[in-house]
Amino acid sequence: MTMFQLEFMQRALIAGLLTGLSAPAIGTYLVQRRLSLMGDGIGHIAITGVALGLLTGTEPVFTAIIVSIAGATAIEFVRARGKASGDVALALLFYGGIAGGVLLIGLAGQGAATLNTYLFGSLTTVSSSDLYVVVGLAVTVLVIAIGLGPQLFAVCQDEEFARVTGLRVQLLNLLIAVMAAVTVTVAMRTVGLLLVSALMVVPVATAQQVTRSFRSTFVTACAIGVTACLAGIITSYNANVAPGATIVVLALAGFVVAATVGTLLRRRAGRSAPLDDEEPEVGVPGPAPHVVSAGHPHAHGEECSHKKVDHGDHVDYVHDGHLHARHGDHWDEH
Amino acid sequence: MTPTVSTPIGAEPDTAAKAVQVTDLSVDLGGRLVLRGVDLQIRQGEVVAVLGTNGSGKSTLIKTIVGLLPAARGEVQLFGTPVPRFRAWKRIGYVPQRITAAGGVPATVYEVVSSGLLSRRRLFAPLGAAGKAAIEDALRVVDMADRRKDAVAELSGGQQQRVLIARALVSDPELLILDEPTAGVDLASQQIFADAIRERVQRGTTVVMVSHDLGPMDALIDRSVILRRGRIVYDGPPHASQTNAHVHHSHDARNDSGWLTS
Ligand SMILES: Nc1ncnc2c1ncn2[C@@H]1O[C@H](COP(=O)(O)OP(=O)(O)O)[C@@H](O)[C@H]1O
Ligand SMILES: [Mg+2]
Repeated sequence: MTMFQLEFMQRALIAGLLTGLSAPAIGTYLVQRRLSLMGDGIGHIAITGVALGLLTGTEPVFTAIIVSIAGATAIEFVRARGKASGDVALALLFYGGIAGGVLLIGLAGQGAATLNTYLFGSLTTVSSSDLYVVVGLAVTVLVIAIGLGPQLFAVCQDEEFARVTGLRVQLLNLLIAVMAAVTVTVAMRTVGLLLVSALMVVPVATAQQVTRSFRSTFVTACAIGVTACLAGIITSYNANVAPGATIVVLALAGFVVAATVGTLLRRRAGRSAPLDDEEPEVGVPGPAPHVVSAGHPHAHGEECSHKKVDHGDHVDYVHDGHLHARHGDHWDEH
Repeated sequence: MTPTVSTPIGAEPDTAAKAVQVTDLSVDLGGRLVLRGVDLQIRQGEVVAVLGTNGSGKSTLIKTIVGLLPAARGEVQLFGTPVPRFRAWKRIGYVPQRITAAGGVPATVYEVVSSGLLSRRRLFAPLGAAGKAAIEDALRVVDMADRRKDAVAELSGGQQQRVLIARALVSDPELLILDEPTAGVDLASQQIFADAIRERVQRGTTVVMVSHDLGPMDALIDRSVILRRGRIVYDGPPHASQTNAHVHHSHDARNDSGWLTS
């Protein structure tokens, strides 16, 4: 029997697929607004929600979602007021969430093992009823994140401009906060509450290394999220470790690879197309006194590969992002 | 003071709703009255420059006009409707004072400009062919068509400013409100920008523009309004000594005496 035939693994993989899609989707908007740590804050607050569920014998998913939405609304409210004291207020809320949660779980007679499954995810604990909730919520988040993409993009990009186009900015801000809260709950069973924020942010940071547009960042981040989640869950099964840790470690490894590749690509692009788009200014007097190119070993000419720019009375050669022009026996920087 | 400017060609008759009507406006920011009793009427089709020293309240006036700041006293009307109840935002194009077209995630020139169409788009509706054509047109007007796929964060300040102007032009607004659109913009960009504004003005667009340095825009201006410490101290036709005053301003420690020193 392979792991894909195990029912709990099937449920875990479906939950992982949806988590891998929805966490980076909402994460893209959070990163664009420079609210990368919002998911982390909501994750802390959700611990109290889980504890309330365990204490009262309710499904922890339901209590977690209610408490996270309340917490996310509070965070958005504090952020929108923009007061300096808001920073401290948020810190109090986060620590209150985690301390209260651990306390209540203790009171509920549950040990550290139960708590751990919520903090770092667990493959075996995704129940069928959990799965229905996760599927419903994740699909809702994705439909909104994609369908309202232009509006959410505008609000995250430039809030004041968005208001002058007539968008209901406060409502959209609240929507983003609530979607983040819902995503935290969706991700609770796979990556866990302490690492959910990583799955929102790391794929976006990774995608950014190689993308230039918002849309391609969004799509790439979702693809990375799904890959990390599915690979992490499979690894977690084989290695018998918490899935949250493997998912996030894989996502981070992806980031390191992308950052390296991105740096190399940018360096090469810069070398092959120096100043391609910057028109050399015609009719503007050059710097005086003239700058001599230091130790120029190469003589530009008809056959050299450097791009030539006809410049009135002389010819400039584009060389590593500089303009070089012959001046007697040396080369000038133009 | 009342405007003494003659009716520009193509302007609406006086009975038409004013594009902007500011009545006895005071604005309170952090407990300070930044605007005090400002009265300003801008007819449709007029091109008005708002001038004044740094901190004189120009941006505050502009932001209150577009509804980003509340009035402590008095009222602003856009096309005859008080701003809190104004809904026809597709008639307004706004360029904020700032040179940050970039957020935490890369976005292309095309994406930023397309967000200017949101006042005309319904929720969950894809961008139609007309919208795409409008984006192309706006990009062409600011001469950024060949940069559409570039990330805005990688552009120069002047190019980013041109993107923000395209974003305001793309919805083909009747009233353009620009807060220092040419600050820190090189002369070539200013010329492109002035041509774009001229084209709109010829089609009857009303323009309200804050600027220290009108540059190539100078010839377009019908009327100047000068703010000083939150009050309008001049409202009338522009003349050379004013619009060019910035060129000659001294760098004295106390240059608060001139209207236009920056
Ligand atoms: N949020 C704020 N709180 C308090 N004072 C402000 C705020 N924003 C601006 N001001 C003050 O209001 C005055 C006018 O600012 P502003 O309208 O930006 O001037 P301008 O655009 O003419 O340079 C300045 O003195 C500034 O210090
Ligand atoms: Mg200003």
